[in-house]
Amino acid sequence: MHPRLELRNICKRYPGVVANDDVSLSIQPGEIHAVLGENGAGKSTLMKIIYGAAQADSGEIFCDGNPIAAHNPATSRALGIEMVYQHFALFESVSVVENIALSASSAFDLPSLAEKIRELSLRYGMPIDPHRQVHDLSVGERQRVEIVRCLLQAPKLLILDEPTSVLTPQAVVKLFETLRQLAAEGCSIVYISHKLDEVQELCDTATVLRNGKVTGTARPKETTSLELARMMVGSKLPEMHVSPATLSKKPVLEVNNLSAKARDHFGVELKDVSFDVHGGEIVGLAGVSGNGQAELIALLSGERTHGRSDAVRISGTPAAGLRADERRKLGLAFVPEERLGRGAVPSHTLWENAVLTAHRFGTVRKGLVDRRKASAFAAGVIDKFKVKANGPGSTAQSLSGGNLQKFIVGREIALAPKLLLVSQPTWGVDVGASAFIRQTIVDLSRAGTAVFVVSEELDELFEICDRLLVICQGRVSPPLVRKSTDREEIGLLMTGRTMGKDKTGSSSVALQD
Amino acid sequence: MRIAAPVLASVLTLIVGSVFFASLGHDPLPTLYAFFVEPLNSMNGLSEWLLKASPLILIACGLAVGFRANVWNIGAEGQFTMGAIAASGVGLFWPDPESALLLPLMFLGGMAAGMAWAAIPAFLRSRMNTNEILVTLMMTYIATLFLSYLVHGPWRDPAGFNYPQTALLPAAAMFQSFDPAYRLNSSIFVTVVAVLLMWLFTDRSFLGYKMSVSGAAPLAARYAGFRESAAVWIGLLAGGAAAGIAGMAEAAGPLGQLSPQISPGYGFAAIIVAFIGRLNAFGIVLGGLLMSLLFLGGEGVQMTLGLPSALTRIFQGILLFFLLAADFFIFYRVRLVRPARDAHALETA
Amino acid sequence: MDLFIAIFTGTIIAATPLIFAALGELVVEKSGVLNLGIEGMMLMGAALAFWAVTAGYPMPVAILAGALAGAAASLLFGVLALTFLTNQYAAGLALAIFGSGVSAFIGRGFGSDPIEALHSVSIPILSDLPVLGPLLFRFDPLVYLALAMFVAISWFLYRTKAGLILRTIGESPQTSHAIGYPVIRIRYMAVLFGGAMAGLAGAYLSVAYTPLWVENMTAGKGWIALALVVFATWRPLRVLLGAWLFGGMTILQLQGQALGLDVPSELLSALPYLATIIVLVLISRNRQMLALHFPASLAKPFRPAS
Repeated sequence: MHPRLELRNICKRYPGVVANDDVSLSIQPGEIHAVLGENGAGKSTLMKIIYGAAQADSGEIFCDGNPIAAHNPATSRALGIEMVYQHFALFESVSVVENIALSASSAFDLPSLAEKIRELSLRYGMPIDPHRQVHDLSVGERQRVEIVRCLLQAPKLLILDEPTSVLTPQAVVKLFETLRQLAAEGCSIVYISHKLDEVQELCDTATVLRNGKVTGTARPKETTSLELARMMVGSKLPEMHVSPATLSKKPVLEVNNLSAKARDHFGVELKDVSFDVHGGEIVGLAGVSGNGQAELIALLSGERTHGRSDAVRISGTPAAGLRADERRKLGLAFVPEERLGRGAVPSHTLWENAVLTAHRFGTVRKGLVDRRKASAFAAGVIDKFKVKANGPGSTAQSLSGGNLQKFIVGREIALAPKLLLVSQPTWGVDVGASAFIRQTIVDLSRAGTAVFVVSEELDELFEICDRLLVICQGRVSPPLVRKSTDREEIGLLMTGRTMGKDKTGSSSVALQD
Repeated sequence: MRIAAPVLASVLTLIVGSVFFASLGHDPLPTLYAFFVEPLNSMNGLSEWLLKASPLILIACGLAVGFRANVWNIGAEGQFTMGAIAASGVGLFWPDPESALLLPLMFLGGMAAGMAWAAIPAFLRSRMNTNEILVTLMMTYIATLFLSYLVHGPWRDPAGFNYPQTALLPAAAMFQSFDPAYRLNSSIFVTVVAVLLMWLFTDRSFLGYKMSVSGAAPLAARYAGFRESAAVWIGLLAGGAAAGIAGMAEAAGPLGQLSPQISPGYGFAAIIVAFIGRLNAFGIVLGGLLMSLLFLGGEGVQMTLGLPSALTRIFQGILLFFLLAADFFIFYRVRLVRPARDAHALETA
Repeated sequence: MDLFIAIFTGTIIAATPLIFAALGELVVEKSGVLNLGIEGMMLMGAALAFWAVTAGYPMPVAILAGALAGAAASLLFGVLALTFLTNQYAAGLALAIFGSGVSAFIGRGFGSDPIEALHSVSIPILSDLPVLGPLLFRFDPLVYLALAMFVAISWFLYRTKAGLILRTIGESPQTSHAIGYPVIRIRYMAVLFGGAMAGLAGAYLSVAYTPLWVENMTAGKGWIALALVVFATWRPLRVLLGAWLFGGMTILQLQGQALGLDVPSELLSALPYLATIIVLVLISRNRQMLALHFPASLAKPFRPAS
């Protein structure tokens, strides 16, 4: 019998990087096959090649023994290959059934399609209402829509790209049940992930990638985590040094009963959020994306202001009504999750991007930009944070994501902040750089800075934070001390089930309606 | 690299122009000569060239300040008209027509009127979220009608044989010509100063830097705490001031009075000048000289060869088309472009 | 009664070019493209249709010529904005200037004499009804075509898969591309359609409404059509209502002048422009409402990633 899918010697180069180098793998019908690797290992490129969204420079792809010619997403779908993207390919402004109709080849008959969606989603234990607008759905529900969309095509091979990064631990369990049911019915599944425990729990086989190359094939259930990790990251596993925190007497950041209406239909309303962050500690905010993180961070950074100025205090000063640059005068620095276009101006040079937030540090004098000072500042950041760039004159958009992130983190830290806000510190950053950025943040906090981190990666939060908060539907949980909590508790809070119940004592009173 | 696109666009425009002339039955080379060279063959031609380039450059400098911040003031024509009206009003009705203060007062009046006309869209955009493109344009139509009302009605020169025009401005209300034989006058120094100010502002000042961030990446501007409304106000007022001054200089220079045809389309042509000049002060100077030549050439061939004056606008359009297209070939081909990610929570429609 | 009929029919007629142009632009903007060049495309359509009539072609051919001229002009914009990824504001402005120049050039020999206007329809029985006949059944065919276009576009946008594809491209061309739709090709079709509609609007002005040729005879109607799309918050029915509102404004202004109201005629002429500003302000203040139907990718250049 032919394998459902076989890749032979796939190579793909992008300018400056070899994304896939001589990758071969084969997947049997009904097999759940993991493609395991760190960020930047070439997993996503490989999946795009399998799906036909990108073309390999060389190598061959076989489906049920036949070579796939003239490969694009349409031919893939005709062959029964479906893909669930990490960032969903859903349109916010239309309904579930309309979204699904867009990728269905059947006649444009919304009522009967809606009926099919209802049936199928129930059969696989993930009910969805086909007539709801997508912007009203939670991220988990959106993923269901994506999966149901694929299932409607009765796929022979389903590709999932980091499907759990947006899910609560409980939703992950549900997803795995669905996937096992599918595999039992004969559908092959390609499961892309960088999470060892999930792969070990779910997958029959694993192909491990590192720097675009296959570094091993394993049966994850029979392989130790350490072995898998070695294959993923090589011999050097980065180590974190987290010393005990020494807290400042008074909190640097205080958030008091902060409520804010959503800006539009696509936003989330914040409800009565209260917490504080002391100098010397790192407080993390966990949660499934789209639960109000973006709104909260904008209100903390000053990108959005608030009418009640003591809703946010920085070093005791009421700051909620202040703009970002005014808050920066109080010692705030901020690393946003979008590097291009928010943390940096893509078409501007690095020295110009240094002026963006470092304009009080000698780079602007008498209303004029001091180019030499700005260049020196940028060069200092490039040097100290080992940013790979052609000096301060290169444009922000010419840097890789990880390097630009290092530049922005470096720039903000060079401002010697009293309070550092960081959103998704290591998204799309390779292992080495991630470890470096996390260590830098820890060191900064131990030197006395108050740090507030928003991340969707629980592992990351558990690694560096002293205390954890959980956000769900615009409400923030009482703080949990990292050493005395676990993923289970955080996961429950992420679903909002225990919100409002008095679990940790007095501090949760503020959360009740 | 920065001048490659304008040069390429100019050459392509010339080629298309030749084909166009040939298709009209005119020998291309002599026609191009008549269009682009003949106007500059005389002292008078040079004087006219600079005279027309001056308002174009002045207005384009003002507009470019806004364009850099993605503030689209395309109603300079209206601000120009209001500047001319206000300046003429001061010149005609100031109690002492021989006062040495007359010209400076007209200057201030023209500038203030242009700014006031631009302040309305600025207010509406920054406070009411109203699209400034449409408002500035509507304001242009209103300004033109207002001018028409004045010269047909209350301001009409009683001794003017019923022509829709005002009386001539007094001598003290006029910029001095360098030579009585030619029309070029001292108002060109205003443009020179404006170019230098524009360069200082956009290339060196922190305020100009903030505006360029607002234009290139609005979310980054908000991230840094640069006020969007400041960019809107500065961008529109700079254009309004420049256009108002240009209108004043036109009334107090070559025209010497108000009539319904106060502008041959300077306000719109200046938009093209700003783009040809890559929103850069010195580029705008070159763009203004080129555009002025198009105006002169259009008038020239209309007189000598009987070709329609609409050719000027066609050439302006073609030039801008080619410039935009040339930009693509020169910039996008060499630069790796990554689309910036959107942040929904921050974005406003 | 006669005055009412005159105002009513005048309003419907004055609104017709705005309906064509604004509905066309609505489709363009729904696909995520902003073409500011309506004024130029309308002028091209007006000039070419007028030329076709004076050259002796039958009326339907002339109107078609107007539509084709508008589409051809929009193609220039399309190439710049969609293939060359230029700033859509700049490309649209260039088209507005270029179209006004080319139309003036084409129209240089037209003279100032009017032509015989497009005939009104004459439907047996219906057109002869008292009151209702002149109110509803004696317009020229383009008035009915404009209404038919409204129905067709509403149906297309909200009832067909093609319309759904167009709207979702306007929200996120990246996603549309990812699920396999030819974003650029669809946007080209939208732009061409919008151009043809603007050309029709121009043709209506020069062969039915006025019917003579004057340089820049659109007098800002193309820009008002753009404002109408914003006013309508990107919904076809509101485009129709808005166009009637502006049509009514124009007619009241003309009636006012005809009645010899003691106001300067310039003030009355300025009313539609003033009204445009006021209406824009009222609509734009409500950001939430704007966001609801706003094509999220409007005026952002899109290049399919390989």
